[in-house]
Amino acid sequence: MVTLQLDRLSASYGRRQILAEVTTPRFEGGQVVALLGPNAAGKSTLFRRIFGLLKGGGEVRISGATSKRPVAYMPQDSGVNAVLTVYESVLLARMQGRSLKVQEEDLARVERALEALDIINLGKRHIGDISGGQRQLVSAAQALVQEPEILLLDEPTSALDLNRQIGLLTILRRLARERGMLILVALHDLGHALRFTDQAMVLENGRMIACGPTAEVVTPELLRRVYRVAARIEPCSRGQPQLIVEADV
Amino acid sequence: MNGELAQHTAKAEGRSYYSTLVLRRQLILLALLLGLALSFCVDLALGPARFSLGEVVAALATPDAVSQQARVILWEIRMPVALMALVVGASLSIAGAQMQTILSNPLASPFTLGISAGASFGAALALAFGVVIIPAAVEYVVPINAFIMAMVTALLIHAMSLRRGVTIETIVLLGIAMVFIFNSLMALIQFFSSQQAVAAVVFWTMGSLTKATWPKFWISFGVLVAVLPLLARHGWALTAMRLGDTKAESMGVNPRALRLEVMVLVSLLAAIAVAFVGTIGFIGLVGPHIARMLVGEDQRFFLPGSALCGALILSIGSVLSKVILPGTIIPIGIITSLVGIPFFLFLILNHKKTSW
Repeated sequence: MVTLQLDRLSASYGRRQILAEVTTPRFEGGQVVALLGPNAAGKSTLFRRIFGLLKGGGEVRISGATSKRPVAYMPQDSGVNAVLTVYESVLLARMQGRSLKVQEEDLARVERALEALDIINLGKRHIGDISGGQRQLVSAAQALVQEPEILLLDEPTSALDLNRQIGLLTILRRLARERGMLILVALHDLGHALRFTDQAMVLENGRMIACGPTAEVVTPELLRRVYRVAARIEPCSRGQPQLIVEADV
Repeated sequence: MNGELAQHTAKAEGRSYYSTLVLRRQLILLALLLGLALSFCVDLALGPARFSLGEVVAALATPDAVSQQARVILWEIRMPVALMALVVGASLSIAGAQMQTILSNPLASPFTLGISAGASFGAALALAFGVVIIPAAVEYVVPINAFIMAMVTALLIHAMSLRRGVTIETIVLLGIAMVFIFNSLMALIQFFSSQQAVAAVVFWTMGSLTKATWPKFWISFGVLVAVLPLLARHGWALTAMRLGDTKAESMGVNPRALRLEVMVLVSLLAAIAVAFVGTIGFIGLVGPHIARMLVGEDQRFFLPGSALCGALILSIGSVLSKVILPGTIIPIGIITSLVGIPFFLFLILNHKKTSW
């Protein structure tokens, strides 16, 4: 089973240090890990550093991976105007580093990724014509089609309606369990983090300030300290933890 | 159950749609190729001595079976010009297509990035003042000057683009700045030149295929054939560049390295083309846009599509340059812009979804 551990990971843009010595326990495949923190805490930078797009101190330790490129990364959404269909844009992610000839297997993988995210019906549409939320799901499909063992998703739910947010996070949790995938997902909705993720790590000003089982990390004290929000967490009628915001601090 | 059925239908539809899309694009490329063959034959047939299409095909298939006069006119005089139209059209269009791709800008082309203006400046130095950058046979002094200045411009733009904080939008602005600088320098050269030299410079900048010879064709063709596979090799990565640098990076592409390599390759293509035939501004901008409307931006189709569209436009331009005023060959640069731009405007206004 694939594992990921961050050891004193740092990164800077020029002289400005964005990440400082981020260290985590070893995360294992099959889990969904929430990456939490306020805006500009360094969440996207941490993903870029793990994926290898940024250099810096420390080490990203991946073990137990069976493929050459075990990590896939879905960046935050950005508008596109390329003349490509959704189907083609996902195929594109699958074909990087491969020959120009598309095999039957490649098409099957594309359809599997589109199906997994329940967007197979978008295949024919031009990517410039779909909504921001749909584009976000297509982005997730582009990461998923690479069949990663570790999947990094940067705010995949930011443009989705509530139904789609729950849908996507449910799918991610199922994929982690079924395929033994380790999924790290940056989220702003702490309620979703409580409900859908196994572990959570919290960044503030580029430093890791908490890491562990989500229920132990996301506490009223954390909300008060990091987000400056007074809130309580109570089990709902079905026993799920529920976040109730009371006021700004 | 109904959900599963709908999913299955959508999946089958997606696959069949993709297969149809690929087939349609292959047929479009084939149609462009046939159009190109026809235009090439018409281009050969037209001129002071007219031949029928049958005679042209016979002369192409069995050169020994036709009269010596026909053989000389078709093979020695018209063939290099007609072939040059294809190679230069393809080269400029590919250069424009890849510049638009790597800079994510619909206005990028050898013309708007100053490469053509640099070439004109190099040529004008030789034509007006006899400045020779690298000594060569008389016939090649002007093209070599033009080529060197075109490459210097491209490398200058690239060197500036490597500075910290320079975005891809800035690169296009740098190119436009280069165009203005070279235009001023050209005006300065013309101000200090004799009337005869001014005429030579003006004629050169209009772009003309009549300067084509077999050796010039082979050089341009050789460069095109060498560069094409190097670009095709990056087909998937180049297509990914159209989704933006961040998305391309997330797919494993190194945008900066790819941009550098592709910029050098397409500058070489454009510089060679412009050096031999002068400034033809329209093709590098419009060829790729038409190809995009016809076959989309998957480089497996977009790259050959751009090459074929560029070659076809210039070949048709070559035909028109001979028929508009019988007995006179109007410089090709004028024809392509005058006839092509209204057609282009019609296309983009009617195909908004599939254009940029």
